[in-house]
Amino acid sequence: MSKIIDIKDLSYIYLPGTAYQQQALNNINISLNQGELLGLFGGNGSGKSTLAKLLNGLIYPTTGRVTVCGIDTSIKALRNDLWKKVGLVFQYPEQQIFESNVYDEVAYGLRNLDLSESEVKSRVYEALKRVGLIPNSMVNLSPVKLSGGVRRRIAIAGILALEPEILVMDEPMAGLDPLGQKLMLDIIKARQENKTQTTIIISHNLKDILALADKIAILEKGYLVFYGEVPELLNHIDILSKFRLELPDYLQVAYALNARGIKTNSEINNLHEAGLELIRIISSQKGKF
Amino acid sequence: MDGIQLIDVSKEFKTADSYKVALSSINFTIHEGEYIGILGLNQSGKSTLARLLNGLLKPTRGRVLINGMDTDSPQQLKEIRQLLGIVFPNPDNQLICPIVEEEIAFGPENLGLSPSEVHKRVSWALEIVGMQEMRNHAPHLLSGGQKQKVALASVLAMEPSYLVLDEPTSMLDPLSRREVLEHLRMINQENHMTIILISHNPEDLMDAKRLIVLNEGSIYMQGTPKEVYGDMGKLGAVGLNPPGLYQLIQQLEEEGYRIDDNFETIPQLVEKICQK
Repeated sequence: MSKIIDIKDLSYIYLPGTAYQQQALNNINISLNQGELLGLFGGNGSGKSTLAKLLNGLIYPTTGRVTVCGIDTSIKALRNDLWKKVGLVFQYPEQQIFESNVYDEVAYGLRNLDLSESEVKSRVYEALKRVGLIPNSMVNLSPVKLSGGVRRRIAIAGILALEPEILVMDEPMAGLDPLGQKLMLDIIKARQENKTQTTIIISHNLKDILALADKIAILEKGYLVFYGEVPELLNHIDILSKFRLELPDYLQVAYALNARGIKTNSEINNLHEAGLELIRIISSQKGKF
Repeated sequence: MDGIQLIDVSKEFKTADSYKVALSSINFTIHEGEYIGILGLNQSGKSTLARLLNGLLKPTRGRVLINGMDTDSPQQLKEIRQLLGIVFPNPDNQLICPIVEEEIAFGPENLGLSPSEVHKRVSWALEIVGMQEMRNHAPHLLSGGQKQKVALASVLAMEPSYLVLDEPTSMLDPLSRREVLEHLRMINQENHMTIILISHNPEDLMDAKRLIVLNEGSIYMQGTPKEVYGDMGKLGAVGLNPPGLYQLIQQLEEEGYRIDDNFETIPQLVEKICQK
């Protein structure tokens, strides 16, 4: 598999040389294979969104190198075309919708790709379907009259329609109710099934991304405190204990059992299995309960 | 009579060609000092309910009484709004001052309090939300989560008897979210402020003593968190899942194991089981 993203010794400083200088990222090393899903986790102000902007060349490294789809983002002539390859869905993307109907909104990026209008149309319809909307009933509606959750899906369709090789989503679940969150997970899962598409999900909620991701990167105040595959993270007791209550519920059970030195019988993959494990433990202590 | 009373309250909104019913025939009483959680998905009527409580909206039918005062009576609105403070979900819409400290002092100053009392309240409110260091910052340069904390502090500084919070944690990272929820519990227990917390996230409402579940504008369920979250089938039918802790407790009880203690987190439950 080829490295589609290669970040080497990356540091980024906002407003360097001024009184407001602020180091947002310190010596970050991350590489990602084509088709993988990276979950990028960190608290408010940890540098997550800065990293996202570095990936599609909106900003470029102060020191170090970011190579995306073989393009070094510090080379201006190459960087300008990066938006076609790296789709970036910002936080609360529904706030940046501006066209007067859904069709034009989703087609906006496509029309900058020199495609025929029939190709634009088929891609708009396909993208709306992929976010769980029915194209025929949507295309003529005015986005301002739709709910926030639907508008967010329209904004995402506008990026999906570009068929980016890499999709970066910044806090895609924030502010959605449980039903909206499930729809968003379905969109991400559908993308994962296509093994050539690479996805990065940025979230301050470890629960959201742990179940989806192949790899996890954890940022803290601009430093990469963990980078690796999910099972590897589960062996890092030091990191887990820090985020103990932010783990998915079934992992909280597994972690609490591990911390007490209790061997679990089988692998725990969901809450129901976690419950079965607890039942097994109670029944093995029969007479004491 | 002290407390909040909703008597047969309905609210309808006019749309282009018809009426949309946001709330229909809501009846409940909230006593002073209670911690109430209001749970529901989007469009369930939660935010309409919040706006009815301080008279920003008037009921189409029925009455909303705060300490016996009707929100429909304009003469009493000022007093009602001093008693009942609301924190809205989007902090950008309610921050108006150029400095955090001024933002929080704005309400107390308008209550006609002495400068020393205003100063005391501002410091207290900043401490509760953990934003003391940001005292002299400009609100618009803060992150979304920090703005949400400032919005909460500015309502706290009014020291309302009733504090209504509409999705106050939507932009907070898990750590800040837990901090804010812990502070709410403390304010309720130590300052006896009535808390009415509105959320679509069942986990936000685990500290509440009583839950009211709204669905499509009507009260769908009511009870303690244990009662409401213990009925997975009924909650699931409207697209809500109980927190994992309660799902585990139910699974254990179905196997015949009684879980008597009140646990707040999953690790506490596991700990208890392992000790047996």
